[in-house]
Amino acid sequence: MLKIKTADLPALYERIAQSQDLFLPVRSAGQTDFALWQKDAQVDLDTLKTVKSPKDVFFPQSETLYSCHREDGKLSVTPEELCDKPFVVFGMKACDVQGIAVLDKVFLSEPVDSYYAARRTHGTIVALACGRPETSCFCTVFGIDPAAPEGDVVTWMVDQWLYWDAKTDKGFALTDFLHDLFEPADESTVEQVKTAIRAIVKKLPYADLSLEGWGAQAADTRFDSPIWEQLYKPCLACGTCTFVCPTCQCYDIKDYDTGSGVQRYRCWDSCMYSDFTMMAHGNNRTSQMQRFRQRFMHKLAYFPANNDGVFSCVGCGRCVDKCPSHLNIVKVIKAFGKED
Amino acid sequence: MSEPMHECKYNPGFMRDTLIPQVGIITDIRTETPDVKTFRVNAPGGGKLFEHMPGQCAMVCAPGVGEAMFSITSSPTNKEYQEFSIKRCGQLTEHLHSLQPGDEIMVRGPYGNNFPVETELKGQNLLFIAGGIALAPLRSVINYVLDNRDNYGSIDILYGSRSADDLVQRKEIEEVWSKVPGVNIYLTIDREQAGWDGHVGFVPNYLKEIGFTTDKTAILCGPPIMIKFCLQALQEMGFSKEQVYTTLELRMKCGVGKCGRCNIGTKYVCKDGPVFRFDQVDELPNEY
Amino acid sequence: MQELITRAKALLESGEVQRVLGWKQGEHIYDPEPAFFDSAEALKDFVYNGFCGANLSKYMIEAAKLEGKTLVFLKPCDSYSFVQLMKEHRVDREKAHIIGVGCKGKLSVNKIDADGILDIQGAGYPDCADTLTVDTLYGQTTVSYKDAMLERCHVCKGKEHMVCDEQIGESADTADSDRFAQVAAIEAMSPEEKFAFFQSELSKCIRCNACRNVCPACSCRKCVFDSTKFDSTQKANTTSFEEKMFHIIRAFHVAGRCTDCGECSRVCPQGIPLHLFNRKFIKDINSLYGEYQAGVDAQAKAPLTSFTQEDAEPSIVAEGGLTHA
Repeated sequence: MLKIKTADLPALYERIAQSQDLFLPVRSAGQTDFALWQKDAQVDLDTLKTVKSPKDVFFPQSETLYSCHREDGKLSVTPEELCDKPFVVFGMKACDVQGIAVLDKVFLSEPVDSYYAARRTHGTIVALACGRPETSCFCTVFGIDPAAPEGDVVTWMVDQWLYWDAKTDKGFALTDFLHDLFEPADESTVEQVKTAIRAIVKKLPYADLSLEGWGAQAADTRFDSPIWEQLYKPCLACGTCTFVCPTCQCYDIKDYDTGSGVQRYRCWDSCMYSDFTMMAHGNNRTSQMQRFRQRFMHKLAYFPANNDGVFSCVGCGRCVDKCPSHLNIVKVIKAFGKED
Repeated sequence: MSEPMHECKYNPGFMRDTLIPQVGIITDIRTETPDVKTFRVNAPGGGKLFEHMPGQCAMVCAPGVGEAMFSITSSPTNKEYQEFSIKRCGQLTEHLHSLQPGDEIMVRGPYGNNFPVETELKGQNLLFIAGGIALAPLRSVINYVLDNRDNYGSIDILYGSRSADDLVQRKEIEEVWSKVPGVNIYLTIDREQAGWDGHVGFVPNYLKEIGFTTDKTAILCGPPIMIKFCLQALQEMGFSKEQVYTTLELRMKCGVGKCGRCNIGTKYVCKDGPVFRFDQVDELPNEY
Repeated sequence: MQELITRAKALLESGEVQRVLGWKQGEHIYDPEPAFFDSAEALKDFVYNGFCGANLSKYMIEAAKLEGKTLVFLKPCDSYSFVQLMKEHRVDREKAHIIGVGCKGKLSVNKIDADGILDIQGAGYPDCADTLTVDTLYGQTTVSYKDAMLERCHVCKGKEHMVCDEQIGESADTADSDRFAQVAAIEAMSPEEKFAFFQSELSKCIRCNACRNVCPACSCRKCVFDSTKFDSTQKANTTSFEEKMFHIIRAFHVAGRCTDCGECSRVCPQGIPLHLFNRKFIKDINSLYGEYQAGVDAQAKAPLTSFTQEDAEPSIVAEGGLTHA
């Protein structure tokens, strides 16, 4: 265990940024999101939840897959260069790190998504334990410990210090590179903080949320429930929940005509949008109820059925905070709980 | 439950991602019906773009216009080229229909599972039932089976469409398939038409009229309403759902079960399908 | 609140209305959701408090397609949206029973600067406190009701309902700032400053379409941005140009029809002050064509869709952004 004074963190950022890209929570125009560190960046480690999850560091909202040119009637395809430089993501919370583990199950399963895999290979995750969990947090329901996140390095903020604990080869390599900035630290301080965080987490309003009835078996039992018809009505069919979610991975592939060729790019998509499943000859989900149901059934039933029981929700609570109609996965889970 | 996050050590030897297409040259275009053309595609240096199995699909892309999944209608036993029978019904297909031999397109694949021609279907009597453009996916199986004739029992092909002009691959049906020993062909069109002396009537009704014995495995493709009534007819004849195969079609973008849009229940049609047995279809939520 | 439930029950039970469109109790006081109630029994979950900011007018487009009448609760500012939708023939006045519900300013939980909010006292209706008491995981704090109000309430259009069949509850005019002050401040900026301002705000946009989908003026059955034939990047913030284009086109499209209900800014997950675009149009319309408030009168001619000989010359309109700075 090592530590560094929080006042010295700018030096740490600068050191990392000398040799690699550094992504961390930056406040801009009143909101905090993960962004590339620059000297004048207003780093914000106090805001618990960035508006968007940091998934876009590994799975950007839009990215070019390849370019296509036509010359004398001949087509040529030029794949986009894969990420080949190391980078660091600093300040990811336990839920967001688990979000990446969920994305791994999608993008690193065969056939591997090389764009994502290249970023995962080159990215070092420095996780930060949650200081002040929020009302909308329910990560513990999914077995996540906000006091001890996964990651290549795990850190804790205690008073005026950042405690630093490397966990993986990548984490050790980063620590070696920064070693002169740290001083040795006592583990017991961190243990006390962990205990304090876990005590707060127990008091969260959704701490006792029960997932009973969800998981693989729900794929058969809950699809036809009349509850969906009652739940979806206020849904505006926007994509806010999907776009702030750390695990939503649905994407669209589209063309961008650059004038001198076509860039084929992919971008986040939302199962909440009416055109998501639209085909030339029709749409297999014609109502918002069906689209709403798909989102939650995917997270709470289909995904666990295909992934050894792992849910595609990490309890970050962003959708709880951001839904314009105050609909969210907690209300869905509870509505079925009441019915049982 | 949360599980420990493992360090991602995926080695960057990825080479080409499955999302990146190959350039293909259209070497022949046959007009099958007023709105269906069959496109023959070769690799730029000749030969096939890739190997596939009957029932598998590929993404065909016209840069700047769009990309969509089509079944590969040619049989893998054809060693020279691949074919796609494509009906004009949207922006991309409209564009494809405007192309000429020699034009280049992009193709990636093959995607999805295939009809179990080397396992469950081997040694079986086969009953193919198709409607309209849906002969396209079955044609790859039929030609595969005919090219390996000794591996299968009797073969019955029931094929119908709106009119005689809408029957695709009519030349091949009449000149090749019908001449193979042990193959019975039943053609039908929806309404009377001058110059047509064959059967008139909807496929499900014709199916009942013929009345097949249940010592067969049926492969059924067509518009949803035809599938519904054909399945009913087959069940009335005593076929079980385990004896009937079909293909599903949903919106697809990636082809590898990641982009999410063909997800239905725990399945991804692009990856776990398009071929399903009806007892497997029954397990899916009613959303296809 | 009980008065609203009692009246709704009576209307449901008499068969006068088939359903009630109101707000449903959430998990906390601050997350009520818009909801349809089909029975008197279902009304047990009905709630009306300071956090019922959602404008229910847009849901009346769908309600107009349903069998029978829908009882809807509209706050004074929501009623402007309903009138505008009537003008555009998007809602059916005959199929709506409108209760004009009183409003003393609506709150935004985002404006309460506290972590771990569990409960808020003083946010009820009609009894609301000047000071809200906020219980949090980390102790108790207070915030003034005014400071926690939505932006739109600081420029409140007044206590009057523009349309209703009956009224229940007292309203308060909560306006305490100049509606066009922010717009004027931006107009006073240099072009470079303006660009920098909008760049920093709009670069946060994640293209979730919440602003569009909540907007009562965005009632097109198929949005041009959802068209496969429109060459836009639709749901991707591919370029900063695309982000700006989406919001600017939307502002143009709702110009003259936007009632300034403030829903776009309320729902934006990134806190982009989207209402400023619309308010700039309103300010320009006022100065070029005379005072006009959309949603006041379903019959009145709207300045941008009618011609008079007194209309400003196109050249003046074109220079509007500069000369009216």
